[in-house]
Amino acid sequence: MTYQVDEKGYYGEFGGAFIPEMLYPNVEELRTHYLEIMNEPSFQQEFHDLLRDFVGRPTPLFAAKRLSEKYQTQIFLKREDLCHTGAHKVNNTIGQILVAKRLGKNKIVAETGAGQHGVATATVCALMGLECIVYMGAIDIERQAPNVARMRMLGAKVVAAQSGSKTLKDATNEAMRHWINNPVDTHYIIGSVVGPHPYPDMVARFQSVISEEIKTQLMEKEGRNYPDYVLACVGGGSNAAGAFYHFLDEPRTQLIAAEAAGQGVGTGHSAATTFLGKSGVLHGSRSLLMQTEDGQVIEPYSISAGLDYPGIGPMHAHLFKTGRAHFYDITDEEALDSALELSQLEGIIPALESAHALAVLPKLQAKPQEIVVINLSGRGDKDLATYQQRLKL
Amino acid sequence: MNRISTVFEKASGPILNVYATAGFPKLGDTMLVLEALQEGGVDIIEIGMPYSDPVADGETIQQSNQISLDQGMTVALLFEQLKDLRKKVQVPVLLMGYINPVLQFGVERFCQKCQEVGVDGLILPDLPMAEYEAEYREVFEKYGLYNIFLITPQTKDKRIHQIDAVSKGFIYMVSSASTTGAKSGISSEQALYFDRINQMNLKNPRLIGFGISDRESFLKASSSASGAIIGSAFVKLLAKSSDLKKDIIAFVREIKGTN
Ligand SMILES: Cc1ncc(COP(=O)(O)O)c(C=O)c1O
Repeated sequence: MTYQVDEKGYYGEFGGAFIPEMLYPNVEELRTHYLEIMNEPSFQQEFHDLLRDFVGRPTPLFAAKRLSEKYQTQIFLKREDLCHTGAHKVNNTIGQILVAKRLGKNKIVAETGAGQHGVATATVCALMGLECIVYMGAIDIERQAPNVARMRMLGAKVVAAQSGSKTLKDATNEAMRHWINNPVDTHYIIGSVVGPHPYPDMVARFQSVISEEIKTQLMEKEGRNYPDYVLACVGGGSNAAGAFYHFLDEPRTQLIAAEAAGQGVGTGHSAATTFLGKSGVLHGSRSLLMQTEDGQVIEPYSISAGLDYPGIGPMHAHLFKTGRAHFYDITDEEALDSALELSQLEGIIPALESAHALAVLPKLQAKPQEIVVINLSGRGDKDLATYQQRLKL
Repeated sequence: MNRISTVFEKASGPILNVYATAGFPKLGDTMLVLEALQEGGVDIIEIGMPYSDPVADGETIQQSNQISLDQGMTVALLFEQLKDLRKKVQVPVLLMGYINPVLQFGVERFCQKCQEVGVDGLILPDLPMAEYEAEYREVFEKYGLYNIFLITPQTKDKRIHQIDAVSKGFIYMVSSASTTGAKSGISSEQALYFDRINQMNLKNPRLIGFGISDRESFLKASSSASGAIIGSAFVKLLAKSSDLKKDIIAFVREIKGTN
């Protein structure tokens, strides 16, 4: 069993490149060049220098003592929240902008949900002096206002996606349309392990720095280079892909994914794709997808804009299908409780997305000697308005 | 023989292919629109199967898709509406849409239904050539369906020849790098691209689409291909018409110059 992409761009039955012919030249150019570019020593050097000096890597692996005491196990937090711009998203945008430059592109388009990927994209565009357009659902523009301001301050143009559900899915549609209309000079920086091959694999490789560091850090701290559990939230699945990557073939590590159940899996207001989805095609790949019997995409719901997506990356669909990863559905309420708990037990305010991963802890039943690594994908600054309102602060 | 091939063989002038979203402007209008198109003298009809996330389409077609879905359109209902198609409409009919609804309906069942009601071919922009050849071609051919591929100004010659080799009926030449309805008119740069393709000696005829909206752009496109496809401009007409039959017939005659 392999969990890596095959030469046709598939993870088992999921993946592929279901794109209109208008996008074929760009995606094909990327497909034939990405590995070669990523393996160039000059690329590796530039990528790692920027991760160190600009992003602030390696991010710490923090032993969360009070949380560990509460759940009677050994909990470590992988502090992606300490990345420059506040989330893991920047690992991928640094990588992709270096690829874009080597492909001779001078304009960047991106989609964003919570605004974290948009901010991370606007940031690297400012750093490299490239023009940046970010599509964001009109509803998300309202609920993530601070990130909109950040993107604008960084010089990006933020365009509201007014179609469909006016959230992440529609922002992705608009970004793809923008790319169709500007095929020659523009690179599309997708923000998660979704989209047509080679995006899921490329993004997973850029994010894999997370698990690479976890291995080294656990070795230093605990004398073993694998945890018993790795927990991560899954919107499209990029932080989870990065946190799982180097443990995919490590049978001693259980991979745990947290999906946004919204108000609950059975309520019709949910974004828990593995519970509610069926195999289908959206945004260029075959994966699990929330859809009607007629194949129309269902508008998802989650309190967390970054998890409010009707699909998951094809790699995660494969991990689910093969049983390699175990998926939990976490409600808005559970995530809010866990966000408050982490804030008060450890002095860290997590992003709402990451709070979904934390909320698996009460259900996990890990043993006292076991090591649990939680990927804390981002910090909660962007979610303060929601926390204020929902936690009555 | 497939009706599409017959049209190209018998055509005496440029071929007009018109796109109409199924179930639009009203859910029950599908057949009325098709019959009026035929009466006006259209050569090929493309019926759009509405989809929630039509990435290759611009605003006009997106909106018509959404309205149709909101009114209750489904793949199953469309086949129901088309059950007497061939009693009333003789021109070739293509279904245009996205792959996901087809997958959920079941690819073979979908093709079987197409054959049953008399659909001649399919345009599925997000079904790329490699997937088609590996997984779909056999079933499509079993039910006599032509799959129409797109080429764009960015498509490399080698790939155009590959597409030509697997194509039947015609090749859909996208006039510029765009989604549907984005630009209108034809520039001199586009004319160069049309000529370049013309000189490639492809076995399939070409129809030019995207940005064709009136008689002038129709004739201009048709001078470097077998004809052209009108989508967004027609959907706009449907959206504002208060007398569908009359307006559709007038639209087609105006484009074809038969009024
Ligand atoms: C902090 C944070 N975590 C997680 C996600 C979800 O994305 P992914 O599943 O690709 O990691 C987002 C998306 O915006 C985010 O901002």
